[in-house]
Amino acid sequence: MMKLRAILTMSVYAILVTFASFWMAKQSYSWFPPEASAEGKLLDDLFSLFTGLGTFIYLGVIGPFLYSLIFHRASKYDLSDAPPIEGNTWLEIIWTAIPLALVLTLAFVSYRTYEKMSIRGPMELVHLHLPQVVESAYAEPFDSTPQQEIQNAAQSASVEQIDVTARQWAWVFHYPEQDVTSTELHLPVDRRIRFTLRSEDVLHGFYIPAFRLDQYLVPNQEIDFELTPVKTGTYRLRDSMYSGTYFAANQTDVVVQTPDEYQRWLADAATQTPSPAFNQAAYEYGQTSEPGAGSTKDKVAVRGWATIPPAPPPVVNYAPKHEPVSPPA
Amino acid sequence: MTNISLEPIDIVRGQPYPGAPDNWKRFFTFSTDHKVIGIQYIVTSFFFFLVGGLFAMIMRGELITPEADLIDRTVYNALFTMHGSVMLFFWTFPVLVGLGNYLVPLMIGARDMAFPRLNAVSFWMIPVAGVLMMTSFLVPGGPSQSGWWAYPPVSLQNPTGNLINGQVLWILAVAISGVSSIMGAVNFVTTIFRMRTPGMTWFKTPAFVWAVLGAQLIQLYGLPALTGGAIMLLLDLTIGTSFFAPERGGNPILYQHFFWFYSHPAVYVMVLPAFGIFSEVLPVHARKPLFGYRVIAASSILITIISGTVWVHHMYASATPPWMRMFFMVTTMLVAVPSGIKVFGWVATVWGGKIRFTTPMLFALGGISNWLFAGITGIFLGSVPIDLHVHNTYFVVGHFHYVLYGAIVMGIYAAIYHWFPKMTGRMYYEGLGKLHFVLTYVGTALIFLPMHPLGLMGMPRRVASYDPEFAYWNVVASIGGFLLGLSTLPFILNMVSAWIRGEKVGNNPWRAYGLEWLTSSPPSVENYEQLPLVISGPYGYGKNQPLVSNIPNPGLTEFPESLPKSLMQETTS
Repeated sequence: MMKLRAILTMSVYAILVTFASFWMAKQSYSWFPPEASAEGKLLDDLFSLFTGLGTFIYLGVIGPFLYSLIFHRASKYDLSDAPPIEGNTWLEIIWTAIPLALVLTLAFVSYRTYEKMSIRGPMELVHLHLPQVVESAYAEPFDSTPQQEIQNAAQSASVEQIDVTARQWAWVFHYPEQDVTSTELHLPVDRRIRFTLRSEDVLHGFYIPAFRLDQYLVPNQEIDFELTPVKTGTYRLRDSMYSGTYFAANQTDVVVQTPDEYQRWLADAATQTPSPAFNQAAYEYGQTSEPGAGSTKDKVAVRGWATIPPAPPPVVNYAPKHEPVSPPA
Repeated sequence: MTNISLEPIDIVRGQPYPGAPDNWKRFFTFSTDHKVIGIQYIVTSFFFFLVGGLFAMIMRGELITPEADLIDRTVYNALFTMHGSVMLFFWTFPVLVGLGNYLVPLMIGARDMAFPRLNAVSFWMIPVAGVLMMTSFLVPGGPSQSGWWAYPPVSLQNPTGNLINGQVLWILAVAISGVSSIMGAVNFVTTIFRMRTPGMTWFKTPAFVWAVLGAQLIQLYGLPALTGGAIMLLLDLTIGTSFFAPERGGNPILYQHFFWFYSHPAVYVMVLPAFGIFSEVLPVHARKPLFGYRVIAASSILITIISGTVWVHHMYASATPPWMRMFFMVTTMLVAVPSGIKVFGWVATVWGGKIRFTTPMLFALGGISNWLFAGITGIFLGSVPIDLHVHNTYFVVGHFHYVLYGAIVMGIYAAIYHWFPKMTGRMYYEGLGKLHFVLTYVGTALIFLPMHPLGLMGMPRRVASYDPEFAYWNVVASIGGFLLGLSTLPFILNMVSAWIRGEKVGNNPWRAYGLEWLTSSPPSVENYEQLPLVISGPYGYGKNQPLVSNIPNPGLTEFPESLPKSLMQETTS
């Protein structure tokens, strides 16, 4: 009778935990910024799987734990010991084998997602002009849409090349075909983009949360980095790798446009003479070095220490004169 | 082991006499008594814990609004650098070394550490290095602003151009603390291998000792890499060598390998002793043997081995080749297996026990629940695609603070409360202890939980200013941060007042198994009049068998008279 009740309780709890896990896995999509790249969709699916399994493990462990803490307490004058159970070989084998199988599965699934994203490291990419699409992936019956989007974009033969330069503390984008420079990153939608990342001074991180990918820029190295935007809109590019004093202000807008709008923007920018763009770091540095009314020096409670001076504002064809304006996620 | 004499030792001996156990002045001397050194470590590092916490609260004050308006960006950057450095090198490492110092010789039935003078030298390097690091606030240009990783090229930029600058002092302080840790590791490993009392075979050795052994072995193989990296960084910074400086042909990524080869396993140096503490505290307050003791003990060593091959998971975005990303993803996830075994073992230990919610028990249980959460987000971070999104965001900050504060600091508090009666002979105040626990647990959740959604939304770590979309969770986190600051007050009050005038309790107020509970509280200078002869395993609850054959254990047989009043009041009905 006791045993039956225990099995019933456990089954009911297991069902509840399963429901909660599915619910959390669904919820996880809402924790992210907009899903603006094909790679991002793959990542969100993977994250949802991890969230579901993670919830299952967490509740599966914490439930019995809390049950025990509530119901297995010593009564006030009970100073005796509990039964001396020192272990259970089968239980221990099970709770070694299941986590082992689980993490190996998660590693495999992560590997598959990684493969589908076709993210490749710098070594393989240096002289490649067409990304290699993993052949075996074609045969899979459950090919996901984002993967096809990546493949279609990659095979359209016209991968958009953009050179990215980071310095303390500015981003400059160069479109080599039209020889246009900009401090705002404009991208055509549904096209595979290949960035060539360079840093002029320290490590920076090329991170657009809406695209879900982060890659360091390393001085003296050219790093190729590819992704596929699939949703028009304005997003934010952030420097993710701590790069010194004005690191937090090293941001810019990313504008994903239809191919037509994108071409118009390029053509328009090509006609403009280069001029200095707005640069938050240079602006703030100018204020701290000139004391006077309204300067940052008077506003902050504690004065700062010496800093590396920011590079002068970049002189580019398309030069926004204001702070980044991308809307909140 | 076999050559240790069981006879009472001769008091007149060649080594410096550590001072009588009731003389408070001994804490300010070059004492070679491991118990004095242990308390010296704990108190000194707690001071630095408050310093690091103050830095964190100023940072949370800055982050309560999106704009950088409370302190200058350079000050913010210096504060997060010093917060991380102080908390790791001058709080977490030394406080755990202190607990190990106090407990390991007592638990293995030794009279002291293997090298008592070396032990004292290791301790006295900590205040020296700590003061050196604090001095960097006074030099022109201020402290290091390159983060606790000190990644080049930012760490090599030296805006003032002075030879003596914050970064140089930072490297020197870290190097000194590293040398101190290496000496401590040699001492611990030798002590645990050579000085266990007769009868204490490996599988009669307490889980805490296993955990400390695992942790200190990591120090031995890992720290030389970090120290080497730090020396190369110092040479690059001062005399212009070109190990890491890109403009002179150096490779900044190489530094990251040196750094993380030690600094990831270093997380296990810190978390393994916390695991050991959970394994010691739970059986006492649940009156049940540690479930799967042998597997829990051995999994500490398994973690030591696996953690040597996971460091590149900090570098997925550092232009690492794909095979490296994949290899280190698998090894990283494998660490979850021995860690999981421990968690399951703890849950099974309390299951069906006779649990009392004393303060150390609450902290241990809270620490385990936080560790479970941190371990799960750790598996998320091990996955390369997920890491590439949240790699340098607040998700990571939330994760490792759940490990460091949620699990490790909670474990440290559990240990301090649990062994406080042993260290002082007096009982802490339960009411203050429970208040401390509630404030700590709620504060931890309030400050570190919101960091996870912030990271998923894309808020980078280490920013002094952020976009308004992140404001809501940052306000919550800041409130949690101030609460954590507040939570230290009842703790300090409790410790100070209980040490001075707390209720005097006997040698074994918890009725606990373990060699440390067989001797007086506080223990005499040489710990045991007669070395204990161990005849059974360390967690004999409910088995009614003696732990040692030559010392009676009155605490276990003569209850309930020996129970402290406070404990009787606080038990539940």
